Amino acid sequence: MSITTETIALTSQPQQRSSAARLSDLPMIPIIILGVITFVAIFADFLAPHNPEVGALTARFRPPFWQNGGSWDHILGTDQLGRDVLSRLIFGARVSMVVGFTAVIFAGVIGTCLGILAGYIGGWVDQVIMRVVDAWLALPALTFAIFLAAIVGPSMWNIVIILGAVYWTRYARIVRGEVLSLKEREFVRLAVVAGCSKMTIMRRHILPNVVNSAIVLATLMLGVVIVTEASLSFLGVGVPPPQPAWGLMLSDGKQGLMVGYWWLTVFPGCCIMLMVLSANLLGDWLRVKLDPQLRQL
Amino acid sequence: MSNSTLSFASSETRRSVAAETGRPLLELDSISTHYVSAQGTRVVRAVDDVSLRVHAGETVGIVGESGSGKSTLALTILRVLPPAAQIVSGQMWFEGEDLVKKSDAEMQHVRGKRIAMILQDPMASLNPLFTIGNQVAEPIRVHEGTRKAKAWDRARALLKSVRIPSPETRVTQYPHEMSGGMRQRIVGAIGISCEPKLLIADEPTTSLDLTIQAQYLNLLRELQKEHGLALIFITHNLGIVAKMCDQLVVMYAGRVVESGPVSPVFNTPAHPYTKALLNSIPRMSDNRQRLTAIDGQPPDMTSLPRGCSFAARCPAAFDRCHKEAPPEFNLEGGRTARCWLATVAVQGGTA
Repeated sequence: MSITTETIALTSQPQQRSSAARLSDLPMIPIIILGVITFVAIFADFLAPHNPEVGALTARFRPPFWQNGGSWDHILGTDQLGRDVLSRLIFGARVSMVVGFTAVIFAGVIGTCLGILAGYIGGWVDQVIMRVVDAWLALPALTFAIFLAAIVGPSMWNIVIILGAVYWTRYARIVRGEVLSLKEREFVRLAVVAGCSKMTIMRRHILPNVVNSAIVLATLMLGVVIVTEASLSFLGVGVPPPQPAWGLMLSDGKQGLMVGYWWLTVFPGCCIMLMVLSANLLGDWLRVKLDPQLRQL
Repeated sequence: MSNSTLSFASSETRRSVAAETGRPLLELDSISTHYVSAQGTRVVRAVDDVSLRVHAGETVGIVGESGSGKSTLALTILRVLPPAAQIVSGQMWFEGEDLVKKSDAEMQHVRGKRIAMILQDPMASLNPLFTIGNQVAEPIRVHEGTRKAKAWDRARALLKSVRIPSPETRVTQYPHEMSGGMRQRIVGAIGISCEPKLLIADEPTTSLDLTIQAQYLNLLRELQKEHGLALIFITHNLGIVAKMCDQLVVMYAGRVVESGPVSPVFNTPAHPYTKALLNSIPRMSDNRQRLTAIDGQPPDMTSLPRGCSFAARCPAAFDRCHKEAPPEFNLEGGRTARCWLATVAVQGGTA
């Protein structure tokens, strides 16, 4: 009797697991972190205790509340201009989220499309695109970004475009390499002999197979983009200064680190780390979900 | 009447029906496809002056060793050659149209719709990211602009016709959930999805074990009968040719060295290469005999000898063979051979 119930339990197990797995499958940690950041970014006006752009010079370099000299008024302390760090973090989430994600997606879309074209069409198309990529990569990313920023002028959306224009080459490189091997795969050749047009083959057979690599690269690029945005802000060609951004806070607080004002860099640093880490975890999960073979394991 | 004679008779009648209607479905007229190196200094005549005919409903087997130009010939017919290769001369008549003269856009409507192809490794021929239904329905949607739901209905019917059990659930599954034999049958289903007139199968059974091979060949034959399909079967397995084909084309170094109806060619091969190929089939009945191989190596395709390209390996070669390449001789019974001794060989054999 016990044996029969056991076998029933065993055979019904996969069914139960697959339905239960669907919920527990979602990567809770990154979703919660990114959810909180998004929530904070949207409702910054209600959540921030102080105005992030105006400070009192009499209250400069206040430490967080638990340290000597700190107060509950400025929970995470104040910066060199007496602005509330917590409020700046809350408002900074907006800039960093928008700039980070849109720039990565923008670069990814351009780079993936051009990479597929170069790899699949080949010939002179490949030559032209890849020589442009080579030239692009030869320029130091930051210098190039400064140059572009000097031309179009600093604003949040211009920064998105600039970062996209600077970083698409990395996607193009990787995607092209992948396409070169994909195009020799038998299923692509079958699509050719089945009379699919080049457009159809690129869209239906090549693109879905390179999206994985592009997503992995995108999650890695997110951190790079946020830090570059910070550098641009630091140099005065990024998001215009009074507007808070995590990267900007990080680079502004750098000098304070040696004299003990650690809260100026550690808090924005933690925020960036959490966001990049969550994006990585989410990207990893997505990579598995997009592969039918891994999905069912 | 036994089963084997019955199938033989039916293929016999098919051939005569085809002969009566006259014009072949596909007629290659001295087609040459060359690979040219980037500098243009080296030329490989992968397909050289090949003529062949395929009638509706007929099966033509193309045999030859690796590098003899079989696969290039298949790619030539569909005009899907790699960039280095080019059709340099000849004509390909398919249903009254010259495929060589067609534009790329026009060829797209021929591929998959009127001439379909099954590739060498069907195991890898399915996109791992899409469901089976999606992939079987794809050519239908591409060529006939059919709506998704309707194309999927057709896909289910096609899977059923290639003997896939429970097609309703299989259409929503992915390639990695199928066995090798099933994937192969699915590729076959994709091949016939738009009801082509001609199906080119390029060594479709090499990656399968023997029992699955036999099943698959039977399936191909049944499909051929049901749809009145002409079949070009590229293989180096002469056993399969004997089982499947009406006509045999033997290729060596890019040329057709012998062609004709299967049984006369098997009984009295006109070309020494065909004879050597037939001799090298291992015979299970005689276990004391060593395997016979053809001595020597196939010639270097970049610098073919002046005379007959098989002369160096040919036991019957004489002076003329080394100096002058033999033309294609027409023999009785619709056979051809490129050998100076062809007429003698056939007569000697029948006598």
